[in-house]
Amino acid sequence: MTETISEGSSQIEALSLVPKADAKQSMKDFKSDQEVRWCPGCGDYAVLAAVQGFMPELGLAKENIVFVSGIGCSSRFPYYMNTYGMHSIHGRAPAIATGLASSRRDLSVWVVTGDGDALSIGGNHLIHALRRNVNLKILLFNNRIYGLTKGQYSPTSEVGKITKSTPMGSLDAPFNPVSLAIGAEASFVARTVDSDRKHLTSVLREAAAHPGTALVEIYQNCNIFNDGAFEALKDKERAQEAVIRLEHGQPIRFGAPAADGLGSKGVVRDPATGDLKVIDVASEGAADVLVHDAHNPSPTTAFALSRLADPDTLHHTPIGVLRNVDRPVYDTLMSDQLDTAIEQKGKGDLAALLAGNDTWTVVG
Amino acid sequence: MTSQVSSPAEQADGALVGEQRASGDGGGGKEVRRLDRVIIRFAGDSGDGMQLTGDRFTSETASFGNDLSTLPNFPAEIRAPAGTLPGVSSFQLHFADHDILTPGDAPNVLVAMNPAALKANLADVPRGAEIIVNTDEFTKRPMAKVGYATSPLEDGSLSAYNVHPVPLTTLTIEALKEFGLSRKEAERSKNMFALGLLSWMYHRPTEGTEKFLRSKFAKKPEIAEANVTAFRAGWNFGETTEDFAVSYEVAPATKAFPTGTYRNISGNLALSYGLVAASQQADLPLYLGSYPITPASDILHELSKHKNFGVRTFQAEDEIAGIGAALGAAFGGALAVTTTSGPGVALKSETIGLAVSLELPLLIVDIQRGGPSTGLPTKTEQADLLQAMFGRNGEAPVPIVAPQTPADCFDAALDAARIALTYRTPVFLLSDGYLANGSEPWRIPDVDELPDLRVQFASGTNHQLADGTEVFWPYKRDEQTLARPWAVPGTPGLEHRIGGIEKQDGTGNISYDPANHDFMVRTRQAKIDGIDVPDVEVDDPAGEDGKGAGTLVLGWGSTYGPITAAVRRVRGAGERIAQAHLRHLNPFPRNLGDVLRRYDKVIVPEMNLGQLATLLRAKYLVDARSHTQVSGMPFKAEQLAEVFKEAIND
Repeated sequence: MTETISEGSSQIEALSLVPKADAKQSMKDFKSDQEVRWCPGCGDYAVLAAVQGFMPELGLAKENIVFVSGIGCSSRFPYYMNTYGMHSIHGRAPAIATGLASSRRDLSVWVVTGDGDALSIGGNHLIHALRRNVNLKILLFNNRIYGLTKGQYSPTSEVGKITKSTPMGSLDAPFNPVSLAIGAEASFVARTVDSDRKHLTSVLREAAAHPGTALVEIYQNCNIFNDGAFEALKDKERAQEAVIRLEHGQPIRFGAPAADGLGSKGVVRDPATGDLKVIDVASEGAADVLVHDAHNPSPTTAFALSRLADPDTLHHTPIGVLRNVDRPVYDTLMSDQLDTAIEQKGKGDLAALLAGNDTWTVVG
Repeated sequence: MTSQVSSPAEQADGALVGEQRASGDGGGGKEVRRLDRVIIRFAGDSGDGMQLTGDRFTSETASFGNDLSTLPNFPAEIRAPAGTLPGVSSFQLHFADHDILTPGDAPNVLVAMNPAALKANLADVPRGAEIIVNTDEFTKRPMAKVGYATSPLEDGSLSAYNVHPVPLTTLTIEALKEFGLSRKEAERSKNMFALGLLSWMYHRPTEGTEKFLRSKFAKKPEIAEANVTAFRAGWNFGETTEDFAVSYEVAPATKAFPTGTYRNISGNLALSYGLVAASQQADLPLYLGSYPITPASDILHELSKHKNFGVRTFQAEDEIAGIGAALGAAFGGALAVTTTSGPGVALKSETIGLAVSLELPLLIVDIQRGGPSTGLPTKTEQADLLQAMFGRNGEAPVPIVAPQTPADCFDAALDAARIALTYRTPVFLLSDGYLANGSEPWRIPDVDELPDLRVQFASGTNHQLADGTEVFWPYKRDEQTLARPWAVPGTPGLEHRIGGIEKQDGTGNISYDPANHDFMVRTRQAKIDGIDVPDVEVDDPAGEDGKGAGTLVLGWGSTYGPITAAVRRVRGAGERIAQAHLRHLNPFPRNLGDVLRRYDKVIVPEMNLGQLATLLRAKYLVDARSHTQVSGMPFKAEQLAEVFKEAIND
């Protein structure tokens, strides 16, 4: 009965253990009764609306969906979702979600985090969740600033950033979250932008279908402390030159349309260095332009793609799914070990365990 | 094995009480003396296998039916430099034909595998005791390494002791000649030779050890046989050599034990079994999130073996993730546990605070060790009490349960689980290194005797709004326990959000309202204060005839053994003293204030600088007197007895 109503999740292997909704759902079903308290104009609103709008597509029983967050502006997210949720402590959401997901395979577990939460105080948990490949979907809201503590630089802020804590400019080299995730053995890494709901939703769709940890970096505008940080990617004219939209199986082309209707620029491998570079298709031809392969088991090209963007100008920023490969899922493996143990030793017998095999008896 | 020797337990002040008889049974015609108790200490290099030797002797002794208590003592380094004082590892075992409480103050027999072992342990050995030394190691360099200018075996410095010089290494190599092992390989079995010799001396059964060796080295049958041969050679050496003229019998402690089936068990093993039992009794899957740390890692190892009980063990990336994962599993409806020691508790503090705020069941097992900081990883201490009590930001009360003996760790784990599940709260289980690694006989409980820990998850709405709508309120409490409902994901209609931000009473919605915060802080405290814990029992035999003791000794945790042994000594010397021991440190038993006020003097021995005493003084305004020791070692009964006598007569 449920399969006919919810067309999304019934085919998705990653969600096969999660019960389906009895009836068709709408966006409204996923809105909680809590008043949303982000600053007016915050990019978080757009992401919330996209997630609430996307959830019905999965058709999962909403009581089997859990949002876990850490601390920061974006981490208020669970309060606004009419699912189960936990607003935990700074940086620890991946660890908490790991315990939940690995003990309850019938749940769809989502982590909402920010650049400070995931990459600074919680960096350790993030990389370990990624390497274990726990069945978690991690939405990393990256606004390149600390918002909730009122405007200090974050681990993704550009060098030289002037903030309250760095009046002479920040000295820290920033993380590239996508590069970091690929380096941490992530099986699914994507990047999207808060204002592009269509793209955001398409990335969420692929993340939800991925068995294992999916990291989705969402460029999100903080209009109070770091307004316009991603303007280069949003402004229609500039975006054409700045954004590289990745689609699996498609040539990596961007920029103003060339004669063949695809972008006038392309990404090719530089035979001299093995690295990637951007070429002008009109002058150099499209023959060598790479075709994006998100399923490539080797992370090398995905990593090279993640390094194309200039951290200061954001030029040549790839968005879309950079990497999507199959790897054993931690919670499945953990559960399999329990089954194997029962096969090998039989279901645990407490009396036998307590008695052991070296006993003596005292008679009265 | 017949008569009981009458000497009351542990008041013999170290003297061996015994009777002599000639043996007709297996002593090779040698004299056999009967003893009521013996303390043996095996000491050697970290690599000499002393812990294994001690474990085997303990197993033999347990299966023979003696009461026993053990004290492993080893350095934090896996292999400290050979032959040095810091590298000495020892294992002390006290066994008796009656009920005993401690591993004993001073060894009657010291087995010293090298000069360092002799030097490091001699100060604890009373005059007249037996010392078995491996003479092969008493050569110039090993002796020089620990500062012996002349050989203590020859210069008369050991004349007060009964020394047995035995070339253990040579004899072992000789015994294993036929195996074609290298000298180095053969030498490794010298601990088994020593074990064989001691097993002969004390009439220990040997089948268990032979079986153990064959199974331990099942993949290397040659090594197994070599070890068995060395073990037997040690036994035969005792039987045939004139140097060992006497062997000893310690009868089984039949009267010390109630009827039942027994096994020997260490504190960490008992605690692990307690957790598995709690999971079975609660009918909830056990989830352990943990990061390796001495002396708690054995619990992680043990629970990892029991996946067929549905136990999930998660070795996290750090202490914080260990408790984080456990808390996540608790949200999902598991019996969640994290295991650690003091430094790990420090890292987990913020998550413990979150658990207090979320009001989810969670067990935090702290196997205390010497602190501060890294401190003494392999030694024991009780100095985390105030950390467990107060080590969080804000008003974040957490119940505390403390086991008092190795076997008691089983019951304490069940009790901690009961409190966590009933009251939906994190609970501290405060064990320590002494309990964790020490062992004693344990009467195996009937599974039917174990408490029923089943809980009811929330399944429907629990509140009616003014307009008649039925809703679910995650913070609407049980009137009796003040526990909030445990609504696990997957339950339709109960979708709710919880978090570390202060929440409105009832709805659980974020609330910054001053009056609500005041109410919630007081309510969380009241919930913990109201936890049902049994009254503390006072052992005051003199009280029965109306002339009660004037002095009460009050302890908690692992000091139970030495305190009780000391109390017996004091009473044996004709003094009156009352004793009570706390399992529950938070909340205290309801009657504790009355108990304290009943006595003129209250002595509180602790392996810290007076943490329980501080709490008692603050709460009850009583003049609790601290007696403290922070040496990394348990109290000695004799020293405590002196302290108690002084206090009584003060």
